Amino acid sequence: MEMNTNIALVLVLAPLLGFLINIFFGKNLGKSVSGIVGTLSVVVSFIATAYFFTGISAHPQGIHISLFDWIQISTFKVDFGFQLDQLSILWLLFVTGIGSLIHLYSISYMHDDENMHKFFAYLNLFIFFMITLVIGSNLLVMFIGWEGVGLCSYLLIGFWHKNQEYNDAAKKAFIMNRIGDLGLLVGIFILGNLFSTLDFATLKTALSTATDLDLYWISIAAFALFIGACGKSAQIPLYTWLPDAMAGPTPVSALIHAATMVTAGIFMITRLNFLFDLTPNVQTIIAIVGALTALVAATIGLVQNDIKKVLAYSTVSQLGLMFLALGLGAYEVAVFHVITHAFFKACLFLGSGSVIHALHGEQDMRKMGGLKKAMPITFITMLIASLAISGVPLFSGFFSKDEILMVAFHHNIPLWIIASIASIMTAFYMFRLMFLTFFQEFRGSEHQKQHLHESPSLITFPLIVLAILATIGGLISLPGHSWLNEYLTPILPKLATAQHHLGSTEYILMAIAVVGGLVGIGIAYSKYVKQNCVPSEDAGILGFSKVLYNKYYVDEIYNFLFVKSINSLSKFFRDDVETALSALIFGLGKVTNEISFQGKKIQNGSIGLYLFVFVLGLCAIVSYLFLAQ
Amino acid sequence: MNVSLILIILLVGAFATYLAGDKLASKVALFFGLAALGCSTVLLNHYNLGENISFICQWIAEPNISFALKADGLSLAMLLLTTALTPIIIISSFGTDYKNSKSFYALILFMSFAMAGTFLASDGLLYYIFWELALIPIYFIALIWGNGDTEERKKAVVKFFIYTLAGSLFMLVAFIYMYQQAGSLLIEDLYQLNLTATEQFWIFLAFFLAYAIKIPLIPFHTWQATVYQKAPTAGTMLLSGIMLKMGLYSVIRWQLPLTPLAAKQYMYIFIAIGIAGVIYGSIVALRQKDLKKLLAYSSLAHVGLIAAGTYTLTLDGLRGAVLQMIAHGFVVVGLFFVAEIIFRRYQTRVIAEMGGIRTQSPKLTSMFLILVMASVALPTTFNFIGEFTLLYSLSQINIWFAVLGGTTIILGAYYMLKMFQHAMLGETNSKVFADVTFTEGLTLVLIIAVLFIFGMYPKPIVELITPSLEAILTQINRVR
Repeated sequence: MEMNTNIALVLVLAPLLGFLINIFFGKNLGKSVSGIVGTLSVVVSFIATAYFFTGISAHPQGIHISLFDWIQISTFKVDFGFQLDQLSILWLLFVTGIGSLIHLYSISYMHDDENMHKFFAYLNLFIFFMITLVIGSNLLVMFIGWEGVGLCSYLLIGFWHKNQEYNDAAKKAFIMNRIGDLGLLVGIFILGNLFSTLDFATLKTALSTATDLDLYWISIAAFALFIGACGKSAQIPLYTWLPDAMAGPTPVSALIHAATMVTAGIFMITRLNFLFDLTPNVQTIIAIVGALTALVAATIGLVQNDIKKVLAYSTVSQLGLMFLALGLGAYEVAVFHVITHAFFKACLFLGSGSVIHALHGEQDMRKMGGLKKAMPITFITMLIASLAISGVPLFSGFFSKDEILMVAFHHNIPLWIIASIASIMTAFYMFRLMFLTFFQEFRGSEHQKQHLHESPSLITFPLIVLAILATIGGLISLPGHSWLNEYLTPILPKLATAQHHLGSTEYILMAIAVVGGLVGIGIAYSKYVKQNCVPSEDAGILGFSKVLYNKYYVDEIYNFLFVKSINSLSKFFRDDVETALSALIFGLGKVTNEISFQGKKIQNGSIGLYLFVFVLGLCAIVSYLFLAQ
Repeated sequence: MNVSLILIILLVGAFATYLAGDKLASKVALFFGLAALGCSTVLLNHYNLGENISFICQWIAEPNISFALKADGLSLAMLLLTTALTPIIIISSFGTDYKNSKSFYALILFMSFAMAGTFLASDGLLYYIFWELALIPIYFIALIWGNGDTEERKKAVVKFFIYTLAGSLFMLVAFIYMYQQAGSLLIEDLYQLNLTATEQFWIFLAFFLAYAIKIPLIPFHTWQATVYQKAPTAGTMLLSGIMLKMGLYSVIRWQLPLTPLAAKQYMYIFIAIGIAGVIYGSIVALRQKDLKKLLAYSSLAHVGLIAAGTYTLTLDGLRGAVLQMIAHGFVVVGLFFVAEIIFRRYQTRVIAEMGGIRTQSPKLTSMFLILVMASVALPTTFNFIGEFTLLYSLSQINIWFAVLGGTTIILGAYYMLKMFQHAMLGETNSKVFADVTFTEGLTLVLIIAVLFIFGMYPKPIVELITPSLEAILTQINRVR
């Protein structure tokens, strides 16, 4: 099947058009039209992606579209080009698919906001940049998207811009991402210097055919790129922006900070798998960082009381698991978990949004409870998603998480243990969330209680779709028969030779994981349903829980180490160094002045002095000549 | 048709503006500014067709001085920057009432004339005359129409004047020395000089003092922030948008090809000075209370990176430098214009006294944010092309240079977003902020359009400047 490349332009430009319409005319269009325009523009992209998805099997090398020369470096050119292959199309499918659902959801969720058209404009712009990130045929076009989604993330976290705390969170996200971006850029520079190209396809050829590879510099490049991934995908040490990013409206958290943007790092590493495969040291670092992130974030998630914060730390933790898989070279497993995670985490965030909406903005789970009767659809969909994330068999998360654990087990037992503990904790805190929110008695105000209601269908419909996907999503990669692995073979050639056999070890591992998950759920059940526990007020949190509740004080430590010190340095430079430098220059002026003042004294018209100096000079010259001979 | 026409238009324009009187001055100035812009695009077209647009005639027989204006791609790019920004600066002044406006606008055109001359002159003395000539109008603009306490302003402006003048004198000495060797100051003749490494070192240093003060590079920057703050916004735009590029341009045109041995020997030191400026400027910018001062230090950081790239003596370094000069010229003029727009409404430049503007004027906020993002080199803006090329050139020398210079993308985001947050966001300010006027909006839109167009398609500029930069590199690498 011959693919029409113009449709790729439609795919990319439809959300940009939606953005332009909404930003310039959105206010006059009215809220509903603005929302519909925004949603449709993403649906168009989704359809275009589906078109390529159906035809890509005939193009194992992918479809390459070069539009024009963009940046000129002395040794190479960077063109503005797109690459549609198995990987980018897969990513585009869930970005535009889930994107469409979340746009739809937002029509209702944001309907009371006076700046709804702007919200849709920014969401559309985000989709545009996310598509650019995924579809770029070289590192720099990817970088456009990479920075662009960062900008949209900034705009959307700070969407309610009257609140300076939200603005702080937005700024923090942007700056922390930029730390990663510098890493990414440095990686790009090194690759450019080594191979005189930034094009993915050319790089792949260069790396797979060259015999005298400079592995030292390749490792440094891979490590630098990984720093970039840490920024965007919220890994240690650059993860602290993501929980703060929850300041944004909930659909933003679902779309950007759970399902799509934060997967960019995983996308990039998978895209460059041929590079990372050459650098086992860096892979080890990735695996360790991923496992630690999974564990640390999960422990923090155990005690959080803000419903979105729990989900945020859960996201960080799950991303950590994906990085663990990447570090172990199991790219397809990471991709699999990206997809299932996108389904259930988007569902969870949108569900929490539905709850927050019903409670007029309340996010503290201590003031929720007993909502399952009033909000049955939200409850059931979130329950399904929670079962999926906890790894309960037959739900999608079971398959993807299980594969990660198995890969870890086969590579490194300690990493497997860490990942398993993180998974048990996940099951616990997710059901803690579910029980505190939907079970027990309602703990909010009377006023809220009277107004409890299920959300409108524009909100529940995306929830239902996502819950269905969270249930059946595992079908794309069943153990023993994986459609996903076959599909990704052109991108990940190693898969063609990989063996899929299920032995007794695998079944035992599976059993351990399932039992672990159930134990986590069981503890949550006994504590929050049987014993009806409610987390204590902030002041009552003591001991290690307090450390966890305060997120190990990492924000405070960073603040002290970096923000404070750079600000005092700035003050020192501003007040002292600047003054000193200025004084130095003026000092030079003064010295000149002084010399001329002294010099002036000599030129006082006294013939006697002139004669004296004249004779002195003459004597000096004569004696010099005499001595020189 | 040759490049002298531009100078004639600008000079005649300056006189015509003065004669037109206070009421008409701004419009006459705009007319001549646009005429110069139109004329330079026509010249660009002639140049691209391969025609000779240079102008050379004997000026003084003894000493042998020529009135030589030579236009290659590099000069034309700088000329276009000057003639494109001049009308923008003129329009941006429309909303502010300047007393004795005929002199004010005449001086802007005169300044533009001198700067264009600097970019075109290919005889050392002529170049030096234009270089110094540019100082006179900006001196008066800053002194007469500036703001703040008169005594303080006088002190700052006089300091600036003497400081830069003193630096330039070293350059004059270098030219005199070379004239004695070559018997001419035409750049082609100077290129033929076979100076020893020692001679080159001293000439290099003399040029460096002149340029480092003008650009400015640390630690010669102490005049900058106060003058940027005290000068009227049009003056600040002239200084930061165009005049500081005179220094950077001169490094490429005069310093490097005339003293390549010294440049090669000491390049690491000068790259380091540039990068130190990036970090120092960014950190100082972080705690500035005055918006114009903050932008001044941001400018210090950006030109530091440009200088660092220039001293790599590579094609990427030089090309990145020129691209970034142009990009920075537009973005900094835009940013200072926003500062002026806010000042017109709030009568303050103190960031802490602003805030809540987004609710009242979303249009201005959006455009300001785009400029902020361009300033921090977001891809698809022209500044990204420049900054990427510059950092890439540094990575070719040593990856750590790229890492250290690259801190600008973190620190730049920090101080710019911090400023943006406190200036524009937050609770609605109790003071009323009138939305941008048509002229204000149009000016900003034009600047933004330039930044996006060349951010997506820099090829025309790259093709314009590359041959001349290659020629300069050949001169630098000539074996003698």
